Amino acid sequence: MLYALLCYNDEQAVGSWSKEEDAAVMDKLAAVNDRLAREKKLGPVARLMQTTAATTLRKSGKNRGLEAGDEAPLVLDGPFAETKEQLLGFFVVDCANLEEALAITRELGVANPGGAYEIRPIALYLPGSLTKEPA
Amino acid sequence: MTDMAWIDLALRSARPRAVGALLRYFGDLDAAEEAFQEACLAALSKWPENGPPRDVAAWLIFVGRNAALDVVRRRAKDRPLPSEDALSDTDDAEGALAAQLDDAHYRDDILRLLFVCCHPELPSTQQIALALRIVCGMTVKEIARAFLVGETAMEQRITRAKARIAAAAIPFETPAPEERAARLRTVAAMIYLVFNEGYSATGGEAQRRAPLCGEAIRLGRLLLRLFADEPEMMGLLALLLLQHARAAARLDADGAIVLLEDQDRALWDRQAIAEGVALLDKAMRHRRPGPYQVQAAIAALHDRAATAAATDWAEIDTLYATLERLTPSPVVTLNRAVAVAKLRGPAEALALIEPLAPKLSGYFHFFGVRGALLAQLGRSDEARAAFDRAIALANTAVEAAHIRMHLDRLGRGA
Repeated sequence: MLYALLCYNDEQAVGSWSKEEDAAVMDKLAAVNDRLAREKKLGPVARLMQTTAATTLRKSGKNRGLEAGDEAPLVLDGPFAETKEQLLGFFVVDCANLEEALAITRELGVANPGGAYEIRPIALYLPGSLTKEPA
Repeated sequence: MTDMAWIDLALRSARPRAVGALLRYFGDLDAAEEAFQEACLAALSKWPENGPPRDVAAWLIFVGRNAALDVVRRRAKDRPLPSEDALSDTDDAEGALAAQLDDAHYRDDILRLLFVCCHPELPSTQQIALALRIVCGMTVKEIARAFLVGETAMEQRITRAKARIAAAAIPFETPAPEERAARLRTVAAMIYLVFNEGYSATGGEAQRRAPLCGEAIRLGRLLLRLFADEPEMMGLLALLLLQHARAAARLDADGAIVLLEDQDRALWDRQAIAEGVALLDKAMRHRRPGPYQVQAAIAALHDRAATAAATDWAEIDTLYATLERLTPSPVVTLNRAVAVAKLRGPAEALALIEPLAPKLSGYFHFFGVRGALLAQLGRSDEARAAFDRAIALANTAVEAAHIRMHLDRLGRGA
């Protein structure tokens, strides 16, 4: 089973980290990532920009914008949902079961304090092949 | 990161919301700040044991308000202190309060808090000091260090600024849309001012003022979170990020300015550039151009050029022309002349800035640019005269040193 581990936290607090604090957390996460990569359990990993850089596409309630006469989807600025925590990134891990996914998530939680992770089984998985740097 | 460091960050990021709400409640800056301090002390003693509350800002507002009310009651009736437990027994009430204080409330609270710092009667130096103290929560000592004044002097500056605000009426009614838009513009200008205080610093000051750029970016993010669909707020944050991205390459080891074309582009912060570009893309979708968006677009063109020679000067020239239309100013035209010189040669650029002479006769950069253009045209004597004038008008030793470098080159070429 493939699982997506979704990382949530208060992005204003995380955004207040100094460069050194940020680098320290990223190093600890990288250490976990390295081991998982060696065990061939790690898919793509992403860290997302802050939600101020997000744009949301919201489809009309009645229809899905697929047929003639359907309303066009609404494009909105900002993240999909306003909550206390924001999605900071996700991990894709290959685990035998939920127990193993939980164990890995706990380990990541120790490396990266505060916030929460959401664990969700994946229905469709695309490994992706982009290797270029952003911008 | 320790628990305490984590609490510190949580308090810091909740500060604008909490102080903004407490200001609405008490109608007085000092009372709001005191209440917030009380709440922070309570947080430092409770959270390590009980863990942080779910809604940090709501907790701080509730506890701060109660603590301040206790002081009022105590003074009124001289009754015994409430027990520690009474203070912490807030779980149920906290939830109810959080429900009342939705984002719309916070939005006007935070905007008001920022807006009172930009009172038109306050000189810009006081506006900046006040915003850094009240909204960002920097200590008086930290602010004094950034502005190279003693702690007492800065304390007095902030106290005077607060007194002025208290004498003027703080606007507490919920603003109408036009009033809100006007406040937003004023606050955006103040944030850019804070950024420039950090960004324009050179030499030994640069190190001390560097935190101001970070604070301005934090304020820009805060404002964009509250006004998520305002293209100019996206433009402002993009501009700050795209300029700050070059920070590591802008000054040499002595703190002297390194010109854009001479900077080591490997030192530029690629993450900040990517974020700035993403924000700019979002903003442009609205097709409501404004000065921050256009300036951000210019910064983005510089940031994305792999080498100085690869800079898209034609597009930069077009953007400056747009900026001239949006905010006509001789300084904008002067900046445009730099692009025109690259694109169509120094003679045309010189023709563009000659008419500006009467308006910019006291402006250091005018004579710096004029001197450089004349030097390129081989008119050395006139160039020397312009550079001499620039040195006389230089605001800092670093600026003067930069012009002397031009003069030296001129001397060698002659």
